[in-house]
Amino acid sequence: MPAPQCFSCHAARAALRRPRSGQALCGPCFCTAFEAEVLHTVLAGRLLPPGAVVAVGASGGKDSTVLAHVLRELAPQLGVSLRLVAVDEGIGGYRDAALAAVRRQAARWDLPLTVVAYADLFGGWTMDAVARSTAGTGRSRACCTFCGVLRRRALEEGARLVGATHIVTGHNADDMAETVLMNFLRGDAGRLARGGGLGSRGEGGALPRCRPLQLASQKEVVLYAHFRRLDYFSEECVYAPEAFRGHARDLLKLLEAARPSAALDLVHSAERLALAPAARPPPPGACSRCGALASRSLCQACALLDGLQRGQPRLAIGKGRGGRDKEGPPGPLPPPPSDPESAPGPAAGECGAACKERCE
Amino acid sequence: MAAPLSVEVEFGGGAELLFDGVKKHQVTLPGQEEPWVIRDLLVWIKKNLLKERPELFIQGDSVRPGILVLINDADWELLGELDYQLQDQDSILFISTLHGG
Repeated sequence: MPAPQCFSCHAARAALRRPRSGQALCGPCFCTAFEAEVLHTVLAGRLLPPGAVVAVGASGGKDSTVLAHVLRELAPQLGVSLRLVAVDEGIGGYRDAALAAVRRQAARWDLPLTVVAYADLFGGWTMDAVARSTAGTGRSRACCTFCGVLRRRALEEGARLVGATHIVTGHNADDMAETVLMNFLRGDAGRLARGGGLGSRGEGGALPRCRPLQLASQKEVVLYAHFRRLDYFSEECVYAPEAFRGHARDLLKLLEAARPSAALDLVHSAERLALAPAARPPPPGACSRCGALASRSLCQACALLDGLQRGQPRLAIGKGRGGRDKEGPPGPLPPPPSDPESAPGPAAGECGAACKERCE
Repeated sequence: MAAPLSVEVEFGGGAELLFDGVKKHQVTLPGQEEPWVIRDLLVWIKKNLLKERPELFIQGDSVRPGILVLINDADWELLGELDYQLQDQDSILFISTLHGG
């Protein structure tokens, strides 16, 4: 049977049906609607005011590619300027190819690109070095945990280097929904409480962050990239298969088959949760080393790096680490039920950085 | 008796890695009793094109959730999904969404 006619232009055959409204649209009309929705998300949330210098977390992947492309289209209307910031975690055979894609994009779009490397920022610790250091600890996901925290910090540094006033990342609705599921599955009330909303205001001196694509379903992001013929890098991080997020992702895919709006509904629910008084996290203080927002004496990044430097990487993310205060077991792998997170903003696995790999 | 069909099968978004990295395949489907539908094509692809790890592409008699199917640039949801009857010179594109962005 032939596809129905486009609901918008009534001229072309429809290419897809939108999950939320059920409307059938042709390729060009869908792209127009997609861009209009991103614009609305930004304007309604006052996410990027006129004059903002916006650092776009760019990984070369589908989401950040679509994000950068759409924001570039909207930039004149919004009155903002864009800078691409890419993070080089030092993952051989993976990140180099992805960075090549980002460089092609920067050239094609004529946007300035800054690459920040873990090796430079974190005293030589590339992800490959971290993975070797944490190998055989019985926790194969450990390196992903480090990466999430460090990438967030690296993106912040890169944004400051380019004089940005705001950071944007390409998290889509499916990413947000997976994060909600992960937090529920791990009993992480603290992250559930902080995970919602359109972005973080930027506490403790951190730059404000937001996710203009967070109401867009992953499927629509991919279709947008297809209809706009955008070139992106589509391989999985070599360390990703072990990460916990995969379980949440598989569950979400099953749910979406039955209910296409599942991702958006999950995020909707999480945003309307009220925590029981006993579950609410205490107000955070400042890291004794770097001054960033922290719930313990050291922020997550400093705590993890500290552990690596001592040659005891496992201790930084396990229990009973020396030098920590008595608040309880540290760290992101796995976070115990009432563990207050030491960095503000995005929730577990959703580190606010450019790449939404299947990390913790 | 359905005549042989000539279709283009394309893989993107990383799915091509399961097919020796080759994105576009010109395929001739042999004549058979019943008309060719997508369901049959998937069986054929699994048997003749898929080089490794079939569970990353196929689940049951359909594609793995997270793999989009476009027939002549339209979402297969609009065209009957597995029951869509293939026509000569159709173009079927499988895009994987299952990786970081």
